[in-house]
Amino acid sequence: MATLSRAQKLEAQRRMLRIRAFDERASKMVKRGHIPGTVHTSIGQEAQVVGATMALGDADYMTGNHRSHGHPIGKGSPLGPLMAELQGKGTGVCKGKGGSLHLADFNVGSLGESGIVGSSIPIAMGAALSSQVLGRDTVALAFFGDGAANQGVLYESMNMSGVWNLPVIFLCENNQYALSTPAHTVTSGVIADRAQGFGIPGVRVEDGQDILAVFDAVSTAVERARRGEGPTLIEVVTYRYNEHSEGLRLGTDYRPADEREAWLKKDPIVLFREHLIGEGFTAEEMDALEAEVLAEVDAAVEFSENSEWPDPSVGFQDLYTDSEYAA
Amino acid sequence: MSVMSFLGAIGAAQKEAMDADERVIIIGEDVEANVYGTTGGGKTRQETGDFVQMYGRNRIRNTPISEEGIVGAAAGAAMTGLRPIVDLSYSSFLYMAMDQLVNQVAKNRYMFGGQASMPAVFRSAMFYGLNTGAHHSDRPYPMFMNVPGLKIMVPSTPSDAKGLLRTAIDLNDPVLTFEACILWGLKEEVQDDEYWIPFGVARTHREGTDVTIVAISSSVQEALAAATELAEQGISVEVIDPRTLVPLDKQAILDSVAKTGRLVVVEPAHRTCGAAGEISAIVAEEVFDSLKAPIVRLTAPDMQIPFSPALEKQMYPNKQQIIDAVLRVTQKDKETGRLLSIG
Repeated sequence: MATLSRAQKLEAQRRMLRIRAFDERASKMVKRGHIPGTVHTSIGQEAQVVGATMALGDADYMTGNHRSHGHPIGKGSPLGPLMAELQGKGTGVCKGKGGSLHLADFNVGSLGESGIVGSSIPIAMGAALSSQVLGRDTVALAFFGDGAANQGVLYESMNMSGVWNLPVIFLCENNQYALSTPAHTVTSGVIADRAQGFGIPGVRVEDGQDILAVFDAVSTAVERARRGEGPTLIEVVTYRYNEHSEGLRLGTDYRPADEREAWLKKDPIVLFREHLIGEGFTAEEMDALEAEVLAEVDAAVEFSENSEWPDPSVGFQDLYTDSEYAA
Repeated sequence: MSVMSFLGAIGAAQKEAMDADERVIIIGEDVEANVYGTTGGGKTRQETGDFVQMYGRNRIRNTPISEEGIVGAAAGAAMTGLRPIVDLSYSSFLYMAMDQLVNQVAKNRYMFGGQASMPAVFRSAMFYGLNTGAHHSDRPYPMFMNVPGLKIMVPSTPSDAKGLLRTAIDLNDPVLTFEACILWGLKEEVQDDEYWIPFGVARTHREGTDVTIVAISSSVQEALAAATELAEQGISVEVIDPRTLVPLDKQAILDSVAKTGRLVVVEPAHRTCGAAGEISAIVAEEVFDSLKAPIVRLTAPDMQIPFSPALEKQMYPNKQQIIDAVLRVTQKDKETGRLLSIG
């Protein structure tokens, strides 16, 4: 079983806390009108995100989806430019042109979040293809949800990656709802089992709130990919605590109240805090870590608030590499 | 120089690029067996074998029939260090990959604030005029002109095809190239050594003073044939091939129309929102005062393409229609012999 060192465990908790604190702040900012548009939070899914990103190396690639802040944070992207991107500031990680749905930080291997469900899956496959053709030892991981598990392009990608033994991991974040639609009402069979049809390993992490279980499963897949043995499909069962997107109030009671209550009792950050205290960390050390992360998010918001709006001319840049826009 | 077919010229450009840069790969359906004739060894196939033998399966990637996956893989590969040439065979297969082309390939660089570059070429053939029916006869380049972030080339001669494709492969932006199958067998003398034709530079095939014809893809050959016949009637026609539609060499077209005062635009695509409509609008906006006659568009009608040879042929503008259009916009005064505008 792949394990984390004490220092790595502390770092894992730090990253989960960053996602939680960042997204809680972003949620408030949306509701106060301080972030234009909306955001989709990863609150409740932190173990699933960080368990995966901690299993990747710095040079490894990943692509994401609309539930988009956790992935770059989990991969180590600095919070300031991410928050500035959410606010549409010129110092944003994408210069204010992507926003919440399109965070990308190529410095940490984040090749971009996607607003189109399933659309970034083959991009990760392509990054794995580069690695194979150029003889590098990097791997790529595609995050996608249970909704995207019913997009055809996932299966095109699993098939091609299987045929070519590409170093790619397909990670299904099964939070059990595609917006309002319960996964079991639109998904035939078990997602992880679909790997069998492609002759590749399919792994189901039943308790996606257990970061060590997620880390173990993804580490195994990463090692396998790095050895040149090809792709793995991993389904992680988890739960989002907030609405599909912030500010959304669905008139229907699509999620039973007791279901959410039960998952709230399995808060991945609380669970891992207890684990760390069991490993000899003190409650004071945990409290201090939480305070540090809150201060980091404060600093990120301050950085963003103090940043200028992008100059209007920025809206006409970065279409092509070699030419400026000419009306 | 040696005589090359249109298809041979494309193969030659691909071979040059594969030899020049190990990051160039070819990915697509049936590329291994060289079904379409652009991944063979050309004239020296007997000696050097085909591309698989020359470059190996690591760089020649025969794919399943999965256009969305293929285009997405190429996009991800381009963002991380490769320079893929994607062979999508038929242009109508692009629609299977529309999400990847429009939402990822075209948008990623901009959306991510310039972090991504997308050096990928997406080749597809337009099988119109060959009785292949409605699913294989599309000329869909105008709809991709409506997608910012893509570059579009529509070569009409072997030498242009070779030089433009080399440039396309070397560009750091995504390029769609639309190759008309009815030009595949067209042959001419082509430079054997490497050369690059810049994007955004039109080619004036024939200079003239009375009428400007802007022609696209296979319409260039029709326009040149029409110009030869019109010259015999004393009408001097200038024939311009934009060669790339994005970027478009507006200046060459505007300068020509400023000189001739008359414009006929010819293309095999549909009429509504086509390249001809766009070029006509640019001319009307920029050099309206130079015009001596209304602009004429010759295009395919907004109609599906039928199978029967008896039905299909009428769908694309031909030499005679071009001659008739030129005669319509030029009218000789019987007494003075001077060209007059109509209406």
